[in-house]
Amino acid sequence: MGYPTDRKYTKEHEWIKPDGGSATIGITDHAQQALGDIVFVELPKVGTDVNVGKTFGSVESVKAVSDLFAPASGKVTAINEELTTASEKINSDAHGSWMIKIALANPGELNNLMSAADYDKYVAEEAGK
Amino acid sequence: MTTATVAQLRKTALNGVHRRLGAKMVDFGGWDMPVEYPAGFNGKPGGLINEHIAVRTRVGLFDVSHMGDIQLRGPGSLDAVQHISMNDASKLATNQAHYSALLYPQGTFVDDVIVHKLGENDYLLVINAGTREKDVNWVRQNTRDFKCHVMDVGDHYTQLAIQGPKAIDLLQRLTNADLSKVKNYWFTFGTVCKLRDTMIARTGYTAEDGFEIYVPSDEKTSEEVWKQVMEAGKEFGILPCGLGARNTLRLEGKMALYGHEISDTITVLEADLGRYCKFDKPNDFVGKAALLKQKEKGIDRILVGLEMIDRGIARDEYKVLDESGQPIGYVTSGSPAPFLKKNIALAYVPPKFSEIGAKVKVEIRGQGVAAQVVPTPFYKRPKRSQ
Repeated sequence: MGYPTDRKYTKEHEWIKPDGGSATIGITDHAQQALGDIVFVELPKVGTDVNVGKTFGSVESVKAVSDLFAPASGKVTAINEELTTASEKINSDAHGSWMIKIALANPGELNNLMSAADYDKYVAEEAGK
Repeated sequence: MTTATVAQLRKTALNGVHRRLGAKMVDFGGWDMPVEYPAGFNGKPGGLINEHIAVRTRVGLFDVSHMGDIQLRGPGSLDAVQHISMNDASKLATNQAHYSALLYPQGTFVDDVIVHKLGENDYLLVINAGTREKDVNWVRQNTRDFKCHVMDVGDHYTQLAIQGPKAIDLLQRLTNADLSKVKNYWFTFGTVCKLRDTMIARTGYTAEDGFEIYVPSDEKTSEEVWKQVMEAGKEFGILPCGLGARNTLRLEGKMALYGHEISDTITVLEADLGRYCKFDKPNDFVGKAALLKQKEKGIDRILVGLEMIDRGIARDEYKVLDESGQPIGYVTSGSPAPFLKKNIALAYVPPKFSEIGAKVKVEIRGQGVAAQVVPTPFYKRPKRSQ
């Protein structure tokens, strides 16, 4: 599928969309498909520091719990409250359902992440394994 | 996962059907089985929650051919069944079935089973997929002193479960048997999809009304029956259902799952299944002495139903804590309940915490989240006039 090119992707299937010195973070359409019906999202409080590669929350489907990993470091400036009561939005629109917004501590970290085309290839390779 | 283990997975005759329907497949007890069908069917959206709701409100079709079957025949077959299982099989009429279990001498579980009386001196045990080999070996070893023949007939059948309030209307379109005459936990034989003498049982693992049918396990026959059931099911809003929904449906109904609520280290009394254990039946049975002793002595833990009070989902193996945060037990199965729209769990706790309304906590990612003991089963199907 065509992943949006306005953002970067992690191997753990998060996306990060930069906007100046801040960025929004969510999970990919591939991730929501793999999880199935999402029923629960746990997000950090505003003001929390998240660290690149470290857990910042979790997302749960009926069957499974999955950790969320930060694509970049920074301070949480907003969370998408809507998802705590309507987590199924992630299933219907994963790329439109941002989870947290952070003030980037080091915007250069995004250079280490995959582009949309690279991520597409990565997902295809994973499926072929 | 390595390719070697994938190659070793067993497949039911309907594996190709599941894959063509776009099912998400999973290794379940060594079988390559559908966990859910995200694409749905006939314009109806699928996925675990939709499949669960379809069974509670309409009808769903499950491939449960991974289940095993053991047939005991011969003049000593009743005595053999009585010896190896805890319920009283002498009470069964021909064409009647009941829930029972095979036990170790300690009163713990080899497996739970449905015993069907096919006729005089002829019994069929339906057993779990993950324990098939173990069960067959155990039954053979423990029936040597009886005049009966033990046959592993699990591979002979494709077993389909048609479950939900509309299951009877749907299946009636495909059979000449009068299904209204088949009571819960009874079975009959009739022509289904032109297959003569097909076993039709009013049983299931969903806490809903429904039937399980046993058809020849060749791919062509199995696919044809699946196709006809799905086709006839369209007007009832049928969905193909995977093991994901099967698990949440049975959990709402507090039906035990081997390896979770019951196992070789959990006894019948702890699992709160004593009502199926007939101490006063004429024959002795394996596990009886240990259970009588435990009954006298009392149990240290018992299975209870929990409902989360605060936000959080209890999962299998999470710790249960008392209100002060001390560990007192563990969750055997925990999940959101799609029909009840609550987060529920089954858990082992000391008897003093088992009263309805007792407050406990479930440890979720290091935090104690409030829960309370609630009556079970969590879901009971509404009574319908038949």
